[in-house]
Amino acid sequence: MSETVIKCESVYKIFGENAKKMLEESNGNVDAKTFQDKGCIVGVNNASFEVAKGEMLVVMGLSGSGKSTLLRCISRLTDATGGKIFIEGQDLLQLNNKELIELRRNKMGMVFQSFALLPHKTVVENIAFPLQIKGIKTEDSISRAMEMVKLVGLDGRENYFPRELSGGQQQRVGIARSLAVEPDIWFLDEPFSALDPLIRKEMQDEFLRLQEKLQKTIMFITHDFDEALKLADRIAIMKDGIIEQLDTPANIVLNPATEYVRKFTEEVPREKVLVIEDVMDTSNKNNLGDIKVSKDDIIENVAEKILTQEKIVGVVDSNNNIIGSIKPSTIIDTVFGGRKNNS
Amino acid sequence: MEYLKKYPKLFQWLFLLIVFFALCFAIDVPETYKFIRGQAEFVKDPNQSVYFFLGKEVRYYAFDVFWRLPPLLGWLPIWINDSLFFLMNEWMPMEFWNEDTQEFKTRPLLLQISRNLTSFMTFLIELIREILLGGLETIVAFTSWDFIDAYPWLELPGLPWTIVAAGATILAYKLSGKGLALFAGLTMVYISIFGQWKPSMQTLSFILVAVPLSFAFGISLGIAAYKSKRVENALYPILLVMQTMPQYAVLVPALVLFGVGDHAAVIITMVVAVPPMILLTILGLRAVPPEVIEAGRMSGCTNWQLMTKVLIPTARRDILIGVNQVIMVCFSMAVISAFIGAKGLGFNLLLALNQLNIGLALEAGLCISLIAILLDKMSLAWANQQQDYFGNLTFYQRNKNIIFFGGSIVVGIILAYIGTFVFKDTFNYLFEVPHNKGISTADFWNKGVDWIFDTFFVYIKAFNTWLIVDVLQPMRALYLRMPAVATLVLAVGAGYLIGGVRSALVVAALTLFIALSPWWDRALVTLYMATFGVVVSCLIGFTVGTLCFQNKKSAAFMLGVCDIFQTFPSFVYLIPVMMLFGITDTSVLIAVIVYATIPATRYTIEGLRSVPVGLHEAATMSGVNKFQRLTKIEFPLAFPHMMLGINQTIVFALFMVIIGAFIGTEDLGQYILKALSDKNGAGIGLTLGICVAFIGLIFDNLIRTWVEKRKKHLGIA
Repeated sequence: MSETVIKCESVYKIFGENAKKMLEESNGNVDAKTFQDKGCIVGVNNASFEVAKGEMLVVMGLSGSGKSTLLRCISRLTDATGGKIFIEGQDLLQLNNKELIELRRNKMGMVFQSFALLPHKTVVENIAFPLQIKGIKTEDSISRAMEMVKLVGLDGRENYFPRELSGGQQQRVGIARSLAVEPDIWFLDEPFSALDPLIRKEMQDEFLRLQEKLQKTIMFITHDFDEALKLADRIAIMKDGIIEQLDTPANIVLNPATEYVRKFTEEVPREKVLVIEDVMDTSNKNNLGDIKVSKDDIIENVAEKILTQEKIVGVVDSNNNIIGSIKPSTIIDTVFGGRKNNS
Repeated sequence: MEYLKKYPKLFQWLFLLIVFFALCFAIDVPETYKFIRGQAEFVKDPNQSVYFFLGKEVRYYAFDVFWRLPPLLGWLPIWINDSLFFLMNEWMPMEFWNEDTQEFKTRPLLLQISRNLTSFMTFLIELIREILLGGLETIVAFTSWDFIDAYPWLELPGLPWTIVAAGATILAYKLSGKGLALFAGLTMVYISIFGQWKPSMQTLSFILVAVPLSFAFGISLGIAAYKSKRVENALYPILLVMQTMPQYAVLVPALVLFGVGDHAAVIITMVVAVPPMILLTILGLRAVPPEVIEAGRMSGCTNWQLMTKVLIPTARRDILIGVNQVIMVCFSMAVISAFIGAKGLGFNLLLALNQLNIGLALEAGLCISLIAILLDKMSLAWANQQQDYFGNLTFYQRNKNIIFFGGSIVVGIILAYIGTFVFKDTFNYLFEVPHNKGISTADFWNKGVDWIFDTFFVYIKAFNTWLIVDVLQPMRALYLRMPAVATLVLAVGAGYLIGGVRSALVVAALTLFIALSPWWDRALVTLYMATFGVVVSCLIGFTVGTLCFQNKKSAAFMLGVCDIFQTFPSFVYLIPVMMLFGITDTSVLIAVIVYATIPATRYTIEGLRSVPVGLHEAATMSGVNKFQRLTKIEFPLAFPHMMLGINQTIVFALFMVIIGAFIGTEDLGQYILKALSDKNGAGIGLTLGICVAFIGLIFDNLIRTWVEKRKKHLGIA
């Protein structure tokens, strides 16, 4: 693993008057029910994880699961009740107001579900806003903003007001604004949830294209499991403030840690999510046929190739070394009988 | 019984009404009762009862307590008055260094503060007047009359009117384009050639001080209240009372505190104009979506940047409505404060009204309204202006406004110079058209009024007589016939039925205050006039609003009309009605109706508009016709919003009723007007103002509580 950018250690966020005191008394054993009886609501319960540089962590959960609260703790839009958060080794909760503002001006960008554009500013002014806040000259900030306008494909609409744009276009502005200061860390809070399905898919593809180019460290919040599978390097599934499972998409599909997670994975078409590496047999590297597949191929794309072979198909890594093999029956198992893996 | 179960509220209301009427009939009018025309404390009548409280003597006519409560609060105005006097003249005497006499002088602290404040205001007003008018008066202030006699050119104003007019036109063009520029130009030319230049500039200088100051105070207090719950809790009750307090009433205490003149008028205008600004600022800031605030924070805004670049601009809709209100209030105060010696158009308007010179009053009133509309539109355009980052402009394009203004200065001065030759032995009309030396259409209007009067006198008189004898007098008698106890029961009962114990207690306290003040009878008269005005206004407003709503264009047009009418200072409404109905109650009531119909119409249209489109479609698909849709879908859903309109209508009506005292009514307003010319009027004026405010607040409380409940019930809160 490369260097850690975001690191959380037992982060708690509890809403309510005596939250801090009650958290101290509970010694880390926070039970949502008992807290609720005393008038406190648990938002985030003992969250610990790390995000590596250039990695995309998707936090998935239904509404009220605390995913947005977790994101707001890490961006310090709210202060965590307990625990520690490090951004590039800096203790976030120890920063004073000035340092926090510096951090946000240079390192962080955030995209919001409802776009949160400033209604009185045009597209280009909205995008230039974080730059102008930093004190960059108007000319420079506008020319930089125009680059961003091109990046998100809104050329020709730079003088429109947000109210004159469609939802998808507005979110493009939101994305451009969050990227204007070239942040290292990119927070996205359900950025595509308010868009209709076709636009959403288009934006997801666009987002993957951007990420390939920019390689930011990303925390992405969504309530859509398919979206999480499509985008994530790793997924954290949250329920009632607790992270139920944090793993790669393949592992979550193959080995759901809890019943709650399993329910999400049931309907997922495995062949679309899993790659050969996830299901290959590493012990048997002999008696292979001529045809080979890459370990990073998605099963769906190579299934036909494997199933039409009489011999076992070899699996190679990026250097063309054979690292394992895969039988046609494994493919059939994965697609049709995959559920017995759970037992 | 079944009905009882089905509509329990209906029966509770019926029961309340039965109790009310039973009380009304059970309690007889005392034989000695008569409507008191003078103030009890000034009438030494052996029939009066007397009591002493805190050393103050309170005289009153005693009746059965069920009929009229004794004025147990009668000492309050006297006490307020004495306290004010004490604070101003005796409290905390200190030594202050006097520049002029070069010695220390002992003065009470508050007096010194108020004098410093007023001289600061005077300075600001004079500064602007110097630029707009300049000349004689200010120079005299710095030198002497001898100096003027020696140099007659000094009598010229600061700037020729041509330059100010051109400046206004160019500014309007820069802010909003040709339309507004044309309007600004025409306004200025009108003011000028009708010889209203001097009073207009006096009023303008007053406005240009009062509006920015009120805006600054209002928005900063609004921000403070938004940031701190404690500040809000402290401000809220004051804001509530100030919202419903008639502007007249504040004048009297201001007289004591700040004396007479423009400076006092500015301070008093601020007192009246700041509360709506505060309320709208809070409202606007509260409505900013939390994600927008977070977006600002994540962009690395400091608190100051967050406020100035994110919160205030995002809330600008409400804040602009606040600015509009401030301008409106300032202009209506520009007229009212003529009572305490403010110069300008307001003074001329009052004078003309006093002389029944309707034509002159009309011209002055038109001036005020035009300037008000112009400033309102300009401030709106200023807040909405845009910057062009990409235009590759030449030097000329970028600076054309400045160049034009420079050019107009040169042309204006040359014109003025030419004028000295053209108008050799008379006024230099190219410099300034002196007051009442311009064109005047006053004669035309006066003749028109005379003609209308001569032609339609019979009909107008017949209508007038019918209204007064057959409608107003009986209604007034009915109101006065209500025993105090019955009224209290009705008010408290209504409070309980609408909002439970809490509302009942609030309403009881407010009503008791009025009942225990020495002016219960007067309050009833005010109430009767307001009721009549509100009922008619609402009928007209609802009908007009509903009709206009049937068509998108007419609805937008009507809202525009409401906007313009709202910008007229309230006094202006008195002019046309006095033209037609002379000095009678009818005049006042018609002014009330015209004025109060504005909010009724506006809220009806807005309420109907707020009904979700989905419901329209659902209704249409269920096969309702237009009328059914209106009665079954739109009215029930729009009604809560329309009730807020009624609330505004009541406040507007009360204001106008009180202003109507100027024409001559026998209500609380008459006493407020009297208090203005009374040395000890401060306490009386303030208490009377509070009484009027409380009448407004009773209805405000009931209506708001009802609306909130209803909205929750309908799920549209």
